[in-house]
Amino acid sequence: MRLLRIVPDNTKFRIVHWRRLAYPFSAAYSVLVLVLFLTVGLNFGIDFRGGTLMEMQAKSGKPDIAQVRQTANSFGFGEVEVQEFGSAGDLSMRFALQPGGEIAQQAVVTKARAAFAEAYEFRRVETVGPRVSGELVQAGTLGVVLAIIGVLVYLWFRFEMQLAIGAIVGTMHDIVLTMGFFLITQLEFNLTSIAAILTIVGYSLNETVVVFDRTRELLRRYKTMPIPELLDLSVNSTLSRTAITSTTTILALVALVFFGGTAIEGFALVMLFGVMVCTYSAMFVSTPVLLYLDVRAGRLDQGEELAEAKARV
Amino acid sequence: MLRLQARKVILVLLVLVFGCGLAVPNLFSPETRKAIEQGAPAWIPRFLLPIHAMTLGLDLQGGSHVLLEIDRADLIRSQVTQLRDDVRRILREERVGLQGGIGLTPRGVQLRVPEAADRAKLMPKFRELAQPIGTFGAFGPSGNQSIEVTENPDGLIQLNVTEAGSNERIRRAVEQAMEVLRRRVDALGTTEPNIQRQGLDRILVQVPGLQDPQRLKQILGETAKLQFRMVADANAGDVDMLPSQDQGGQPIPISRQVIVEGEDLIDAQPAFDQRTSQPIVNFRFNIRGAQRFGQATTENLGRQLAIVLDNKVISAPVIQSPITGGSGQISGNFTVESVNNLAILLRAGALPAKMTIVEERTVGPGLGQDSIQAGKMATIIATVLVILYMIGNYGLFGIIASIALLVHVCLILGLMSLLGATMTLPGIAGIVLTIGTAVDSNVLIYERMREESHLGRSLVSALEAGFQRAFATIIDSNVTMLIAAVALFALGSGPVRGFAVVFILGILTTVITAVTLTRMLIALWYRWARPKALPF
Repeated sequence: MRLLRIVPDNTKFRIVHWRRLAYPFSAAYSVLVLVLFLTVGLNFGIDFRGGTLMEMQAKSGKPDIAQVRQTANSFGFGEVEVQEFGSAGDLSMRFALQPGGEIAQQAVVTKARAAFAEAYEFRRVETVGPRVSGELVQAGTLGVVLAIIGVLVYLWFRFEMQLAIGAIVGTMHDIVLTMGFFLITQLEFNLTSIAAILTIVGYSLNETVVVFDRTRELLRRYKTMPIPELLDLSVNSTLSRTAITSTTTILALVALVFFGGTAIEGFALVMLFGVMVCTYSAMFVSTPVLLYLDVRAGRLDQGEELAEAKARV
Repeated sequence: MLRLQARKVILVLLVLVFGCGLAVPNLFSPETRKAIEQGAPAWIPRFLLPIHAMTLGLDLQGGSHVLLEIDRADLIRSQVTQLRDDVRRILREERVGLQGGIGLTPRGVQLRVPEAADRAKLMPKFRELAQPIGTFGAFGPSGNQSIEVTENPDGLIQLNVTEAGSNERIRRAVEQAMEVLRRRVDALGTTEPNIQRQGLDRILVQVPGLQDPQRLKQILGETAKLQFRMVADANAGDVDMLPSQDQGGQPIPISRQVIVEGEDLIDAQPAFDQRTSQPIVNFRFNIRGAQRFGQATTENLGRQLAIVLDNKVISAPVIQSPITGGSGQISGNFTVESVNNLAILLRAGALPAKMTIVEERTVGPGLGQDSIQAGKMATIIATVLVILYMIGNYGLFGIIASIALLVHVCLILGLMSLLGATMTLPGIAGIVLTIGTAVDSNVLIYERMREESHLGRSLVSALEAGFQRAFATIIDSNVTMLIAAVALFALGSGPVRGFAVVFILGILTTVITAVTLTRMLIALWYRWARPKALPF
């Protein structure tokens, strides 16, 4: 049996050279993300915006979306977003946060349940009050920031500051691009999205660390090789692994998108996009950043090299 | 590294088989697990029995998650009122007159005592009101006082509830409220409700598999403070105007003096009035309540007695005859459902303060079941795709990676069962994701072997170098992932936390399977097949 070979042996792609293409592209995209963020904004779910979400399934199998919309809007709780989703006649209704605190939110649920309980089965009801949603925003942001700081410190100890900076630049890039995905698709941004972003942070670093691990090794081995060449070699020699791991991850996520059900579809889509971005950025963003940071300066004193040599014995 | 020690192999296999075996109880029904636990001889330690299974999160088994917050302002207000009463009592006992009465401030009271001699009498008494805040135990008293008393030279005395004092009050109120809520939820007859404190002033109530979450909320949200008071003359002093439910919310004058309160009830049951067939609640008092109630009904024959629940008058019947037996009934504009709820509330007792629902998440059982099905489907398809792809790339070594992958998934499930962790929908997504990322360790090792072999090393040397060189990379890349996962665990809540648990366990098990199982399988292969080159 002939085995698959996605990446041929001994590739010699001039990866860092392509930054002339990759950097303007990433910069333009980042600007677009910023503009979209300020103009369109994220489609915050009720976790962060507060309000009420109800998912119902028509007992008859055929939801009357127009009638539901009309009834829901007649409650006087402001504009109600009614949408059809999935395939089994599911509807979702989103009520905005009601003025009048927590008790007012509960009134929405009571009224909607009473109005639709006959023809529909309530599959999901979520209400988030104004205080809780504020705290969730804080906790989410804090989580992402803490994760980045934690990783920065770890990489600083394990590698060099320069490599740590390169990895973090790549990670920030991936976060920005993923936010762009949320902005462009207007996919709902909720607690699960924070989980997706933190997972992407982890995956992004994972990708970068694999390349940088090689960079570190090559720096020790070839003391005089020009940095651009050395970085190219780092990426090329890990290229096969990068391709295979990305593919397995993408395969798993594709299974999740198509078979995981509507409740998890958003998460899976974001992760799918994120994994592709991470693969791209580890090669074309993080690695070329090292060109601008003097990676040979103060590198690896003798002590560390000895330890390394010992470890190999 | 390619030498195999029989002892080591057996040990590794035992650990892995045991780890995977931990996942087996999930295949049994809860009844079967219970039967095993009861049927097993007592000398077997419980943790060895196949009875530990994962709990399904509310998003998978269906149920309600309700977060309640205690009303701080309400509590502080009652603390201040109590403080005012205490101060008034002390003034009376010490026979000190006041200039301008006792003033209420947001966090306390103030009064003006011009005479220094009076102040000298009062201050020690006021200071006695302050109690040390109890963080007794490991750290001893913390030295904080519940009330801060300040005396100004111009005669102004201020008594303020301290931050520590109000926090202590909130802490105690939340503890009390948890007890009350537990009794209320238990009365609904649901299985395994989970009630826990969150932060200082919140309580999380999780009730799985509930048919009617609306009813749960009705029962949780009510304060249920029951009082028996007399209907008074509108012009009399010490009267509250309270809305009356049986007269369409019209306010009626009710005396401030409370005859008996809900805490003196020992039982309350829903019933039907024999004459009118209206739903009512029958109740019984304890001895103290029965005495007071008997006395009040004897003294006030022919007058109206108001039954007040949460500052609303449910009904105000005329006292026809003295009620000395210690039992009675509450009638009003009730439905069968509302008397059932009221009886539960009265039996469970009143909440110490008003509580509001700040977050609610309810998932119907149908959606949960669908999610489980979809999750299983996605897991199986992801596994098959990844296995096919790995075998396509690496042939025999792909099979080894696939075995490691399957063991990895079983280990995650096994560890989650052992820890009694909760599997949520994001958790299932986490499993599917780790199916994609777990093979990374194998890929790193294999690619390194291939590289080393291209550099002209012999097969044995390439295999060894592959493991050794890839190991540092595996550790580094997994630790960075682990940091992100731990941040997620620390800050996430509910379902997201379920994802973080899976992710963290997944990272640990993939490292373990890569360095032990993969290595062992390759060594076995080398020993039996005596190959001359890598099979890929």
